[in-house]
Amino acid sequence: MGQVTATTARDTFSDPFRQARAGGALVGSGFRRYATYRQATVAGAVTNTVFGFLRCYVLLAVVAGAGGVAAGYRPDQLASYVWFGQGLLAVVLLWGWTDLADRIRTGEVATDLLRPIPPVTLYLATDLGRAGHALLFRFFPPVLVGLLAFDLYQPARPGTWPLFGLAMVLATVIAFGCRFLVNATAYWLLDIRGVTVAWVLGSGILGGLYFPLRFLPGPVATALYLATPFPSLLQIPLDVLVERDRPAVQAGLVGVQAGWAGLVLAACWAVQRRAERRLVIQGG
Amino acid sequence: MASTRAHPYRGLLRAQLRAQTAYRASFAIDLVSNVWATVADVLTVLVLFQVVSTSLAGFGLAESLVMVGLSAAGFATADLAVGNIERLRHYVRTGLLDTLLLRPLRALPQLLLMDLGLRRLSRVGVGAAVLVAALAAAPVPWTPARVVLVVVAPIAGGLFFGAIFVAGATVAFWWVESGELANSLTYGGKELTSYPITVYGPLFRRVFGYGLGFAFVAYYPALALLGRPDPLGAPDWLGWVSPLVAVPALGVAAVAWRTGIRHYRSTGS
Repeated sequence: MGQVTATTARDTFSDPFRQARAGGALVGSGFRRYATYRQATVAGAVTNTVFGFLRCYVLLAVVAGAGGVAAGYRPDQLASYVWFGQGLLAVVLLWGWTDLADRIRTGEVATDLLRPIPPVTLYLATDLGRAGHALLFRFFPPVLVGLLAFDLYQPARPGTWPLFGLAMVLATVIAFGCRFLVNATAYWLLDIRGVTVAWVLGSGILGGLYFPLRFLPGPVATALYLATPFPSLLQIPLDVLVERDRPAVQAGLVGVQAGWAGLVLAACWAVQRRAERRLVIQGG
Repeated sequence: MASTRAHPYRGLLRAQLRAQTAYRASFAIDLVSNVWATVADVLTVLVLFQVVSTSLAGFGLAESLVMVGLSAAGFATADLAVGNIERLRHYVRTGLLDTLLLRPLRALPQLLLMDLGLRRLSRVGVGAAVLVAALAAAPVPWTPARVVLVVVAPIAGGLFFGAIFVAGATVAFWWVESGELANSLTYGGKELTSYPITVYGPLFRRVFGYGLGFAFVAYYPALALLGRPDPLGAPDWLGWVSPLVAVPALGVAAVAWRTGIRHYRSTGS
C-alpha cells in the first residue's frame, strides 16, 4: 500500500457495488454488536419503561391541571408523546456513545484512517445497524407497555406513519451527527467531559425529553426548532406522530429535520477533514 | 506509619482529594457541570407550572419545589457519598475487584473511596439551595420541630438513596452488563420523589411509593413541613416519622451487598 499520510488521498472503494456491500456489512456488524449485549438491552428497556410511567403520570397531571388541553396536546397525545419518546430515545441514542472519542484518545483512530471507507461513513453505517437493533428490542417494548397501561393516541391521517418513519430515520442521522461532532472534539481536547455534559443537557431539555417544547412560549419554541438541531431529535418525530399540527406543518417539520440532517452531516465531514490534517496519533 | 495504618481509609481519602484536585481547571469544570442536572430538574418544574393554571395534582409551585429540594438534596448527598458504586460492574467485569478483596480492608469502603466523586459536592450545595429557596417561598409555619425535620429529612433521604445505590449496584454480581437496571431506581427514584405522589396512578403509587418507600423521601416530610393534610388520607404524624424509612432500606442494602460479595466468583480468566 506504501506510505499513508493524512494529507495524501487514501485508497477508497471506487466501485459502487463494493461500496454498497461494505456499507451493508457495516450495518450488519453494528446490529450484531448490540445484539450480543442482551442483558444491557433488557436493562435499558426496563429503565425506559419505568421512566415512561414517571413522565406519563406527570404530564397527565399537567394536562389535568391545565383543564384538559396543555399547549395544544390532549391527554392521549401526551401519553403517546411520552411512550413513543421513551422508545425513540434508545433508537436515536442520545447518550453514552464515546466510541470515537475513546479511539482518538488511545490513538486507535489511526486504524480507521487506513480503511478504504471514510470514517464518517464507517461510523454512520455502524450506527444505523445499532439503530435497527434498538428499533426491534428497545423501541417496541416500552411502546407496548404504554399501550397496555395508558390510552394512547391513534394517528388519524394515513400519511402519519410513513412520515413518522422518515422522521425517525432523520432523527437517528442527526443524533449520530451530533454525537460524532461531540466525540470529534477529542481531536482537539482529548478530554471531552465538558462538551459531553453540555450535549447531554442540551439534547435532554431542548430535545423535548423532559417536557414538550410547545410548553415554552411560542416564539422561543419556534426559534429552537429552526436555530438548533435539538428539537429534531425527539420533539419533531413525536409531534409528527401525535399529529400536533395540521398536515402542511407536519410535513414542514420533517423538512426542517432534513435540513438539519444535511447540515450536521456536512459539519461532520468538514470537522473530520480538518482533524485529519492536524491529527498527531497519541504515542508517537 | 502508625497513623496511616490506624486510618487507612483516611489515607485513601487524602490521596483521592489530592488526585482529583490536581488539575484545577478540569475539577472546576466538573464542579460546574454537575450542577446542571439539578438546574434542569428545577427548570422542568417551572416550565410545567407555566402550563398548569394553578396547581399540579393539588400542589402549588412553591410546595412542589419543597419536594424538589428535599429530593435533590437527599439524592445529591447519596450521589456524592456512594454514587461511584455504579462502577462496581466495571470492577466485576475486569476482575479488578479481586485486588480489593486481597487487601486487609473491607471491600465496600475501599470501592467507595477509590473514585469518590468530589466533583458532586457542588450538586449537594445546589440541592440545599433549592430547598432553602423553596422553603422561603412556601408558607411554612415554622416550629422547632420543623427546623429539626428540615435538617433530618434530607439526611434520611441521602441514606435512603445511598441504600438504593448500593443495593442496585449489587445486581452486577449476578448480571454484569445490566448496570442500567439500577438507574431506574436511582435516577428514576430522584425523578419520582420530585413530584407529589398524588400525581401517580394507584398501583404505581402503591408499588414504588409505599412498597419501595419513595413516598417517604420527600412527599410526606414536605407535607409535615407545610402543615398540610395528606389528600390521600394518611395520618398527619406519618410525615414526622417518614425519615425512619432509611433504616429498613439500609438493612436491605447491607443484606444485598453481603449476599452479592459472597456470590462473587471473579472473572475466571
